[in-house]
Formats: sequence, C-alpha cells, structure tokens
Amino acid sequence: MSETTNGESVGWQPSAPVNYSTRVDKVGTSARTARGIRIVLAFVLAGVMLIPVFWLGLTSFKSRADAIAVPPKVVNFTPTLEGFVNLLSDRSVLNARRLELMKERTDLTWYEEIALKNGQQITGISQYVGRLRNSVIIAGTSTILAVILGLLAAYSFSRFKVPGESDWLFFILSTRMLPPVVVTIPIFLMYRQLGLHDTHLGLILLYTVFNLSLTVWLLKGFLDEIPREYEEAAMVDGYTRLQAFRKVVLPQAVTGIAATTVFSLIFAWNEYAFALMLTTERARTAPPTIPTILGRGGVEWSAIAAGSLGFLIPVVIVTFVLRRHLLRGVTFGAIRQ
Amino acid sequence: MANVELRGISKRFRGVTALRDVSFTVADGEFFVLLGPTGAGKTTTLRVIAGLEKQDGGSVLFDGGAVDSRSPAERDVAFVFQQYSLYPTMTVFDNLAFPLRSPLRKLDNTEITRRVTEAAEKLRIGHLLQRKTERLSGGEMQRVSIGRAIVRQPRVFLMDEPLSNLDAKLRESLRVELEHIQKKQQSTTLFVTHDQVEALTLADRIGVLREGKLIQVAAPRDIYDKPANLFVAQSVGTPRINLFPSTYSDGSVRVADSPIALPFSQNGLPVHFTLGVRAEDVTPGQGDQRGEIALVEPLGVETILHIRSGDVTLLSMVSGMTHYRLGEAISFGIDQDRLHFFDAKGDRIDVEQGR
Ligand SMILES: Nc1ncnc2c1ncn2[C@@H]1O[C@H](COP(=O)(O)OP(=O)(O)O)[C@@H](O)[C@H]1O
Ligand SMILES: [Mg+2]
Repeated sequence: MSETTNGESVGWQPSAPVNYSTRVDKVGTSARTARGIRIVLAFVLAGVMLIPVFWLGLTSFKSRADAIAVPPKVVNFTPTLEGFVNLLSDRSVLNARRLELMKERTDLTWYEEIALKNGQQITGISQYVGRLRNSVIIAGTSTILAVILGLLAAYSFSRFKVPGESDWLFFILSTRMLPPVVVTIPIFLMYRQLGLHDTHLGLILLYTVFNLSLTVWLLKGFLDEIPREYEEAAMVDGYTRLQAFRKVVLPQAVTGIAATTVFSLIFAWNEYAFALMLTTERARTAPPTIPTILGRGGVEWSAIAAGSLGFLIPVVIVTFVLRRHLLRGVTFGAIRQ
Repeated sequence: MANVELRGISKRFRGVTALRDVSFTVADGEFFVLLGPTGAGKTTTLRVIAGLEKQDGGSVLFDGGAVDSRSPAERDVAFVFQQYSLYPTMTVFDNLAFPLRSPLRKLDNTEITRRVTEAAEKLRIGHLLQRKTERLSGGEMQRVSIGRAIVRQPRVFLMDEPLSNLDAKLRESLRVELEHIQKKQQSTTLFVTHDQVEALTLADRIGVLREGKLIQVAAPRDIYDKPANLFVAQSVGTPRINLFPSTYSDGSVRVADSPIALPFSQNGLPVHFTLGVRAEDVTPGQGDQRGEIALVEPLGVETILHIRSGDVTLLSMVSGMTHYRLGEAISFGIDQDRLHFFDAKGDRIDVEQGR
C-alpha cells in the first residue's frame, strides 16, 4: 500500500510499513476499474448500435455491383457517388446512337458522367428531394404544434385545479392505447370526405394528435418538478401568470422541452403506415418513398442506402443540437401524476 | 408604505381549516411578527395577503381599501419565501433586477442598476452580482431574496420564515441586519416565524397563531409578561415556563404534590387553577421554599437548575456559572409579583396584585 503510485497519499502516510489500504485508495482503484468497464461497455454497445448505420453508409458509396457482391466488400471497393446520383435524379436509358453522341460531349457535369457510365441520361431531379422536403415540413410543423399545445395543456394540468384532472389525463393517454394502424382505414375514409387526403395539413393534424398524448404526459412530468414558488414569486414581483410562465418557468423547462421535442420529432419523422395510406403524391413523405427507389433490373441498394442516410441526417442534427439538454432530460424527467 | 388590515379572514383547504376568522392590523412602518408552530396557518396568511391564495371569507385591506379582487402583481407587495425563492436560471443581478423590470414599472436601465447596486451594498452582496444563484451559500441566497424585496418600495414586506433554513450563527447576524434595514426604511413588515427568539427580538408587535386562530396580539413584552393563555405562555421563553396544577386555600397558593406554598392575599382566584412561574423568577439560595438540585445545565451565559421539590421539578435560571452540585439541598424563592394564573380552560386569570 505504501508503495502505491498514488502520489498524494504518500505525504501523510505513517513511516512504518502499513499493510492495510486506506479508504481513499480503495475508492480510487475500484472507481477507476468501474469507470474503465463502463467506457468499454459503452463502446461495445455503441458499436452494436452503429453497425447497421455504418453498413448503410458504406453501401451508399458502392457501385451497384459492389453493393450486392458476395462475400460483402467492406474496404476493397472503389467508392462512387452513383447511389446518390441515382437517388436524386430521374434518368432515361440511352439508345446506342444517343449514347455515342453523349460520349463525344465534353461539357458534361460529374453527375452526368456517372449516369453515362450506366448508359443513362439525367432528365431531372427525382421525387426524393420533394418528399424529404415534405417530411421536414410535416414532421417539423407537427412537432412544434404538439410541443406548444402539450406545454400549455401540461402547464394547466400541473398548476390549476382541473375538474376531473386524472380522467382527462387518462383519456389523453388512452389515445395511444391501440396500435395506430388499426384506425388507418376509418381515417382514410374520413380524410377522403374532408379533402384532407394527400395534403400536408392532413398529416400534420394526425401527427400532432398522436404526439399530443406523449407531449402532455412528458411535459407534465417535467413541469411538476418545477416548484410553483418561482411563478408565485414572479407574480408578486409584478408579472402576470403568462409573463411568469415565459420568463421563469420556460427557462427551467428547456431540458424537458428538448427531450419531448426529439421524441415527437422522431415519431413524426419515421411514421410510415399513415403516410403510405393517406398520401399519394403531393404530401408523400420520405419513409414510404425510400422502398420505392427501385432501379431497372434489380434493387438499387446503393440508392436506397443513400436515401436512408439522407433521411437520418435531419434527426441527427436536431438531436446533436439538443444533446446537452437531452441527456439530463431523459434521465431526470420522471413521469409522475 | 401602507398599513395592512385583515378582517375576519378564513380559509379552508379540502377538509383542513387553515385560518379561522383572523383579524389584525399591521400599522404603517410597523414590524409585525406572526408566531406559531408549523401548520398554524402562517404561510397561508401571507399568501392570502399577497393574493396567491383566495380566502373563503373576510377581506384584506391596504390603507383602508379592499384589495381582494386584485392580482398579486397589482397588490405591490414583496414576498420573501421560505425556500425556492431565487430564479435559478438567472444571475444574482438579474434576480435583484427582476421586480424592477416588471412591465408595471417601466424603469430605465440606469435606474435599475442604481437600485440593484444600492440594495446589494446594503446586504453586502455586491461582489456576488454576476454569480449564478446555484453557486451561492444558504446565507447568500437568503440575502439575495431579501434584496429582491428591498430593491423596490412595496406597500408591505411579507417574510415567510426567511431565516429558518440557515444555521444558528448566520440566522443571528441576518436577523440583526434585517432589523436595521427595517428600522431605517420604516417599512411595513409582516414576518412569520415559529422561532420565539426571532419574534421577541424583531417585533414591534407579535401575533400568536395556533391552528388557524389568532390567540393574542401584543407587544413582545406583554406577550411574555401577560400571556393570554397557556399556549402563549409556553410559546415564548427559554427555558419553558414552569406550570403546576395548584390550589388556593387559607390565603396561600399551594402547588399540588409539593410543599411549595406562596402566601397570596388577592381574591379572585378559583380553587383549582394552573400556576405559571418563569424560570428567571425562581431564585435559588434565598427564600422560604425547600428543594434539592436534580440537574445542572450550565450554558455559559446562564445556568439552568432543575430543582426538585416534593414530586415536582422547577426550572430556575441564573446568570453565569454556578457552584451548585447535584443532590445538594437548597432553599429558593419565587417572585410573587410575577406569578401567572390560568383557569381550567387554560385562559389567563387576571389578578390585580397589591404590593
Ligand atoms: N395548498 C394546500 N392544500 C391543502 N392544505 C394546505 C395547503 N396549504 C396549507 N395547507 C394546510 O393548512 C394548514 C396551514 O398551513 P400553513 O399556512 O402552511 O402553516 P405554517 O406556514 O404555519 O406552517 C396546514 O394544516 C396545512 O396542511
Ligand atoms: Mg409555513
């Protein structure tokens, strides 16, 4: 023990040999070991989680042949942007004569060159771009709506005596109790009647409603944690309740709001079944689009991978921006009634 | 500053009556202390005055005008909460400036800075202004809370046990500061506490609250010397007042189960009653009563002697350290001008005493 490398403890060690370890050192080593194990474990878990994403990324840079090669190629392939070009463009197959003509041209852009290699000519931008935009609009708007409405409802439930409060809360939660797919047909029929079929508004409304139960419950949990004395102090200090809410409660609820936002965004962003049923063209989002990226004569795996990758990016960005709040929000916010 | 009047305030929470018909007035510039144990309704009283809680009956008046329908912001009071009072996302400066930045006040920034600095100086927290509030000690936090109250000139200061979460030494020093500030500003202050020492030292007048009922309102001196009932008598004074079931016969007050007998010439006493004697009115070493020392508690400044006489034990307080030893037989006297009598219901019996 007296031989330890722990320099700090040497200073006050008795000079006689000591054959027991002090508490300080015990904590030191065991804490260090535990920390080491935790880090290794975190890396292993992260690895397991990230392998599919990694493979997705890899595939998106492969040529059509490399993507389906057996055994799979991990490093020994030539990276190409073919997948991305195929994803983002509409192309037509060139006949032999036009192919010759094209090959003689020198003013081709790099993506036209890539298409040309497969004997194709780019004719325009693909649907994917528009559908990703639809996804951004629909998921973004519905998340913002769900969080704002949820915040107001949660605040009211948290701070005021609402008659039948627990019944209301249960009712709100119960909207989540059956699998959404069960109601797709009735909703499909209703939306057709109401002219909401294949509109942005239609999906926004639907996603907002579905997310509302989540946001009300999550945010109520977070708001319950904030002592009401703060608002009361602000009200005594000369503010209205709404001003107190904005200046005193909101800054303290940022963590919860961030976590709630990410959860609702992920739901709205990934939703597949309703998007497939309730949209055809104008309002179709990315999830039902990706599986339809089929090339001629086989599945275009690299284009699908590129599409999935592009689809991941917005959520990754939002999560990254909010990461500081998220970690605390997920671990601290307990749902309580 | 304003005077504040409560008229017949009552308040119920589901099943619990927090306040029953409470009426009192805090005069302009007065330091009024509400004293009562936990659950007596002190906080509720302050919240009703501030407008944070709506009373079920009665009326709150500022300068004679009812404010019952006004919002907390419109009542213009300052509230120092027992805890959770500082806005955690703001710096000390912003906390102090917060009431001044209210849309109701429209002060410009130089005026806000001036007032914040001035208040910070007064409370000696000038060096903390840029700190985040979570990095303050308990004492500093309560200073800032008080500072947030004094940056503006509210009609009344409401303070809910602002010192009770502090350690003894800090409590004492902040208490003294608080008193200085109040006296200098002549601010109308309603201060609530369960600590009788705070009440006695700070108050111009004390109101004693028990289970939502106001029992006595009087100057500290009268609360101490003329407690309206047993509850008040026990609420103030350390050590606690000596209380004995006693009888009156043959011109003497006789303590039950004890040889203690005090000649008492005045009529008006029932046969059975409770006798109260404060510890400082029991003087060991001289007098006609006999007993023995059961316990000695030297506290330095004073010593508390437990004197056993028959089957009862009296507490006696003498100043400084003493030479008494355990088991020692002593004589002691009881100041007969300062006896307290309470009837079977516990209410004070006023006996005019001749000398
Ligand atoms: N919001 C409330 N809901 C229910 N009961 C309450 C509420 N506030 C206070 N009470 C009750 O009212 C009584 C007085 O409380 P309070 O004014 O906080 O006492 P004190 O401040 O003197 O300790 C207590 O019995 C308490 O339980
Ligand atoms: Mg209280």
